[in-house]
Amino acid sequence: MAVIEIQHLTYTYPTMDHPALREVSLAVEAGEFVAIIGPNGAGKSTLCYTLAGFIPHFFKGELRGEVRVAGQDIRRVRLEDWVLKVGLVFQNPFNQISGAKFTVYEEIAFGLENIGVPREEMRRRVEEVMALTGITDLANRSPYALSGGQQQRVALASILVMQPEVLVLDEPTSQLDPIGSREVFQVIRRLAHQGVTIIMAEHKVEWIAEYADRVIALADGEMIASGKPAEVLTDPRLPEYGIGISRYTAVARRAAEEGLWPPQRRLPVTLDEAVAGFRAVEEAYAHTR
Amino acid sequence: MRIRVEEVHFEYPGGVKALRGVSLTVEPGERVAIVGQNGAGKTTLVKHLNGLLRPTQGRVLIGDWETSQVEVHRLAQRVGYVFQNPDDQLFCRTVAEEVAFGPRNLGYPSDRVKQLVEEALHLAELTDKAEVNPYDLSPSWRKMVALASVVAMDTPIVIFDEPTTGQDARTIRRIEHILEALSQRQKTIITITHDIDFCAENFERVVVMGQGQVLADGPKETVLGMADVLAQTYVEPPQLTRLGLQLGFERTVCTPAQFLETLRRRLDHHRGTNAPAENEA
Repeated sequence: MAVIEIQHLTYTYPTMDHPALREVSLAVEAGEFVAIIGPNGAGKSTLCYTLAGFIPHFFKGELRGEVRVAGQDIRRVRLEDWVLKVGLVFQNPFNQISGAKFTVYEEIAFGLENIGVPREEMRRRVEEVMALTGITDLANRSPYALSGGQQQRVALASILVMQPEVLVLDEPTSQLDPIGSREVFQVIRRLAHQGVTIIMAEHKVEWIAEYADRVIALADGEMIASGKPAEVLTDPRLPEYGIGISRYTAVARRAAEEGLWPPQRRLPVTLDEAVAGFRAVEEAYAHTR
Repeated sequence: MRIRVEEVHFEYPGGVKALRGVSLTVEPGERVAIVGQNGAGKTTLVKHLNGLLRPTQGRVLIGDWETSQVEVHRLAQRVGYVFQNPDDQLFCRTVAEEVAFGPRNLGYPSDRVKQLVEEALHLAELTDKAEVNPYDLSPSWRKMVALASVVAMDTPIVIFDEPTTGQDARTIRRIEHILEALSQRQKTIITITHDIDFCAENFERVVVMGQGQVLADGPKETVLGMADVLAQTYVEPPQLTRLGLQLGFERTVCTPAQFLETLRRRLDHHRGTNAPAENEA
């Protein structure tokens, strides 16, 4: 069953002349992990805000078309109920931190306190999520006295601890170290297997290729591609739209122009595919003299 | 202007030891990338170069100035610093005023300020946004304003803290173009980055930090192939380096050009295995 159903969504921010999203339609199944790619200004954050109900409840503006999450019309929900169903991890972690708490531990517990979760359960959930996001040793630090990447992990933890059905993440790894980024993708992948529906705006195509079920590409507010990562991420139009592609795809495309990529083989999006393709080229050369 | 960091230790109030004996020399005109896990001490280290922080132990020299003996505003003549978060840096009402603030503050004559501002705006592709309020721009463009406002200061040393964070492919090209222009002017460039592919394609020397120390420092072709050292600080080799390692390339490749060149040589070698006296370059 589709958890997210969007039909002909067109949205214009107040004071703007042009819509930030135009005629976007999308259906996402429960437990699906969908990545959104696109250049800056393409509408990725706007789509995230819409699913989280910030549009139209906080940003106002003009919303046309249908947006339903878990069967409910986004226009009709109350934001205070909605945040329990749909968690949004902001692009800038600084905006996520409450300012009301002195330690990382309390910061992560803040949402649970607000909904009156019993103390013991609260402790258990906070500690689990800190271990999951690798911040256990930051428990007693101030959320403001952290590096950008540490703050980003705290922001992620503070949403994960709420156990939302739908998790919307706006570039959640932008400030993380490389292995930390990959770990976040692994955690998200695991949540999707457990049935959480994931929408993630991201630029890191290598990890999208590895972990997402589906990729949608936005450009200038429109959906220009949607499909399996291997199809969308090798779409030759992506560079024209200013969308980054993996180095594997890029170097194989150049190699292919010189005849150094196996004919008929799709360009690679992951390391394994690139290794397999170039090995095949080397073997072919070793046998034809 | 040479940078010398000598056995620097730094402890934040509250007891977090962010640097534990860092030594580093950077020659004029070098392009150096600093990589390492979150909390490794990268930002703490570069904040020592412009005097925002002063060592608890050890010393930092910018040319002949020891940072602990020089006021921060004077160090700004020698070291420009682009913050990780542009919102920590921007405060003027228009982009043009913002970019002019630094050079004007350094006391440059007004015609030089005008020229530097024009050049920096042009380089950052901000000319058509000169009269816009920086806070009406997207975060991505605000970052370009922050970059331009430091470039306009025309300092011999320029530091970028995570310039590519959250940027799309087109903006990253724009940043690469700015780095190129700065190198042509013989500037020393130091960049903190988690984007290891960007690092591989734009920097010659890589410093790896972990837990407040330098774990490795050298040419990228040496350092970026050291998967074990990088893993200690939550970094992986660049995509093409990993690909080369898996394919059994005999040298560490960092860029598409290096990868393709090595591939061609290997293929020529395969083709020529049975041919007599075939030499590879």
